[in-house]
Amino acid sequence: MKEISELSLPEDVRYSDDHEWARQEGSLVRGGISDYAQDQLGDIIFVELPGTGETFEKGEECGTIESVKTVSELYMPVGGEITAINENLAEHPELVNNEPYDGGWMIEIRPTDFGEMDSLKGKDAYLKILKG
Amino acid sequence: MRYLPHTDEDINEMLQEIGLKTLNDLFESIPKECRRKDDLNLPKPLTEWELNAHMDNLAAKMAVPPDYKIFLGAGSYNHYIPEVVKQLISRSEFYTAYTPYQPEISQGTLQAIYEYQTIVAMLLGMDVANASMYDGASALAEALLMAIRITKRKKVAVSRLINPYYRQVVQTYLSAPGYEIIELPSLKNGTTDLSGLHDLEGFAAVAIQSPNFFGCIENLKSHGESIHSDQKTIFVTVFTEPLAYGLIKNPGSLGSDIACGEGQSLGLPQSFGGPGLGMFASKTTYVRSMPGRLVGQTTDKNGKRGFVLTLATREQHIRRERATSNICSNQGLCALTTAMYISCTGGTGIRKLASLNHDKAEYLKKGLMDAGAVIPFNAPIFNEFVVKFPPGFKDSYARLLKKKMVAGLSITQFYPELPDHYLLCATETNTREDMDALIKEIKS
Amino acid sequence: MKEPLATTGLVLNEPLLWEKGRKGRSGFSLPQRDIDVFPMDDNFLGNGPDFPDLSELDVVRHYTRLSQWNYGVDSGMYPLGSCTMKYNPKINERQASLHGFASSHPMLPAELSQGVLKIMFHLERNLSEITGLPAVSLQPAAGAQGELAGMMMIKAFHQNSGSTRNKILIPDTAHGTNPASSAICGFTPVPVKSNELGVLSLESVASVIDEDIAGIMITNPNTLGLFEENIKEISGIVHSKGGLVYVDGANMNAIMGIVNMADIGIDIMHLNLHKTFSTPHGGGGPGAGPVCAGKELEPFLPVPRVVEKNGSYFLSQDFPKSIGKLHAFYGNVGVLIKAYSYILSMGSTLKKASQLAVLNANYLKEKLKATFYLPYDRPCMHECVFSDKLQEENRVTTLDIAKRLIDYGFHPPTVYFPLVIHGAIMMEPTESESRETLDLFIEACKSIADEAKQNPELLFEAPVRPKVRRMDETKAARHPYLTG
Repeated sequence: MKEISELSLPEDVRYSDDHEWARQEGSLVRGGISDYAQDQLGDIIFVELPGTGETFEKGEECGTIESVKTVSELYMPVGGEITAINENLAEHPELVNNEPYDGGWMIEIRPTDFGEMDSLKGKDAYLKILKG
Repeated sequence: MRYLPHTDEDINEMLQEIGLKTLNDLFESIPKECRRKDDLNLPKPLTEWELNAHMDNLAAKMAVPPDYKIFLGAGSYNHYIPEVVKQLISRSEFYTAYTPYQPEISQGTLQAIYEYQTIVAMLLGMDVANASMYDGASALAEALLMAIRITKRKKVAVSRLINPYYRQVVQTYLSAPGYEIIELPSLKNGTTDLSGLHDLEGFAAVAIQSPNFFGCIENLKSHGESIHSDQKTIFVTVFTEPLAYGLIKNPGSLGSDIACGEGQSLGLPQSFGGPGLGMFASKTTYVRSMPGRLVGQTTDKNGKRGFVLTLATREQHIRRERATSNICSNQGLCALTTAMYISCTGGTGIRKLASLNHDKAEYLKKGLMDAGAVIPFNAPIFNEFVVKFPPGFKDSYARLLKKKMVAGLSITQFYPELPDHYLLCATETNTREDMDALIKEIKS
Repeated sequence: MKEPLATTGLVLNEPLLWEKGRKGRSGFSLPQRDIDVFPMDDNFLGNGPDFPDLSELDVVRHYTRLSQWNYGVDSGMYPLGSCTMKYNPKINERQASLHGFASSHPMLPAELSQGVLKIMFHLERNLSEITGLPAVSLQPAAGAQGELAGMMMIKAFHQNSGSTRNKILIPDTAHGTNPASSAICGFTPVPVKSNELGVLSLESVASVIDEDIAGIMITNPNTLGLFEENIKEISGIVHSKGGLVYVDGANMNAIMGIVNMADIGIDIMHLNLHKTFSTPHGGGGPGAGPVCAGKELEPFLPVPRVVEKNGSYFLSQDFPKSIGKLHAFYGNVGVLIKAYSYILSMGSTLKKASQLAVLNANYLKEKLKATFYLPYDRPCMHECVFSDKLQEENRVTTLDIAKRLIDYGFHPPTVYFPLVIHGAIMMEPTESESRETLDLFIEACKSIADEAKQNPELLFEAPVRPKVRRMDETKAARHPYLTG
């Protein structure tokens, strides 16, 4: 597993306490799991994502991420309606390991309240959680 | 005691190393009020020789062939088991091994179970089979629960012609979480009547046994077409006599989505009903919802082919309360036995054996018809069939029993509308001579 | 023994069944045809499965070679925690394969099946004596099915008294089958935390108990190898709220003849015959998971039940409150016969077996506590739990230690369970292992710990001795090949 210094922590995303990231993209928010999360889980085998059109609240479980020996829940970084899911993950779950913030994105949300982005953490605050 | 290697010396030295004086000291951490006040009241241990005599005595109090001529199936079938199978399955590397969680030292079990899975998939005409469930009955219950999980519907339809004990087990499994079971009636020809099945979109699954409890072969193709008029409803097929598929079309080719049943016929001793073998197979699309262990092929770090347990995230040790089942121990050694048996018969042998079984039952059926019995159901049969004897056959049955002949099973206890109806069975183990003797006795 | 246990041996390759054989070969003696052919209706006639055709020797070599790639209890020590890999006596195999038992049909009239029925009746009495609980059903085919029976019985009990309770308390150390079994029943598992001593405290149970709790599922001794010392009080508080106490008896091997389950407030429990009672694990099964119940829960036991009248035995369905049936017939009778045979061979020596199992585990614990980190440095029962904490600094994990043990000739202990210990290594030697074997195992562990410091590559590359190296489990899961 990686040392904290080896983890990738882009500036352009906000982080949740459950190790999800969220990036604003116009009127939508794209989300996935952080480099720390994928490193902890190990090789991702399967990602179970919600259906488009479904609505969840911030922090609500909306999917699962499976590695060989564990299952982890995916929680909504912000609340809203699912507008898209990453179909590539069905054939290429390794994208979550290799490109957690780009090719490994998981869900796209139309947020009910953009203000919820503010309650997520910036890179430094998230780093503090990982170190602590 | 030969299973306990410790000498008094060993015990004392080991206790010393731990800093204790007596064996009782080991249990100080158990509060006094939790400790047993009396000794175990069990009989004095038997020596190996006394035990053998005791068990031989008990085994002698059982009615078994060839002493008894038994013409009974109803979910447990007498087939010959090659000596080869008995010898190979007693290799202790197979039976004293644990579940193959450490694949490097379990490749024997893993390859054998992978082969078993493939054999089951071939036999049933399905995409993927698991490493076994407890028996045909619990396999059926789990198939229905799987359909409920997949479709998110809470009702299932179950044919009345499924083995009555299987239906009881389904009832037990599905009533605890509160699912609804509708029973499908039977037709005059001895097969299932689906005509009353409306509103399929409310049903997670429809389950049909073929050959069914009456021994009749169901028209799975047309049943499947009716059921699949709703895109989501899952067609579950079940069997108690898998040897039938050496002769008749397999359920996969006839539209089955989940095929499950009892594998005992294929190399396992009847053993008073257990251990059995729950065979379970489905289409690939459903594999993530499947209960039970799965062995998959892969490579090791040198690129060498090998096998591992896989897709374990479905199972209880990882998914816990959200698992596809609570199953942990399965019937692994029984699955291995079946694989060995099939290795012996091969594809050519199993066709011949299935054909022979079919013909034995047909011979007995015809003989009984000629003796005046009525065959109430005209659907084609395999191995078993129902006979309507004249009223009061009960006395003849008892008389035959005294002559060490078991003329099937009275099915009135399960189907009250069918008095004097008996379910008989003939396999490759019932000789023409014995069948003739039975027919003769019944005639008189 | 001065030399190490592990050596190398001749390991032959063996292809898959369908990579062998030739059409027309046979390994089966087809019985004589003494009746005519009766044609089958064309609509139903199939082509038959495309199984490979093999000769008898093909089959014998195939499975002989495969067996040689396996490690069983008969090969060497198998210290899997909570699995109780004790010696499987051969005499038990003889009994189960006696013709009178092996060839018996389950649905003959009772008077023709007195042998097996008598065994079942007396096995029930024996298990009742060992656990202290009066009523037994041998029907469940495995521990997990026993748990399911227990959960259904608890649910039925409450429904029978007119209440619907939807929750079951389950400790954080529980085996995965516990929450899974309760969920199948429709219960919601409610977690209870163990305390810093590794056991359940009365306070933690009291903090979550209410009148919606149907009961608690406790493993005792628990999966950390510790006796749940507060169990009597915990049973008391659960009962006071109208709930019931279920015990997962997987670890019964520690306390036979030492604890009476009824006395400590247990209402119902299951046993694992393939653990405590020496029946073989079979590479995954079959096992047996009988349930033992107190008087209050007796009416709900699965049917049919074995009944004795005037020295004869028969099966009765006449129990209107029964939860029903879980198995097509009466359970894994072949397995039951082996357990019965074991109990007759041991008698009250079963207590000694438990004492020696606990002795062996404590011996391992004392000798290895400087080698591997011991999270709970207190007397253990029949198993002890370590972790890889001391090896962390060398980036060596529990997995690496386990794989290296294979190279030393041992089956690894249970790893990564229970979940409350990070990197758990759970060792259960059982009473079958002699002191010399334990000493060899201890030496191997110490040697591996040294390697972890001096030359961790040896662990990362392990195992190197068996037929295959570490498997690519990611590939197996990402691209499943489940059929040949």
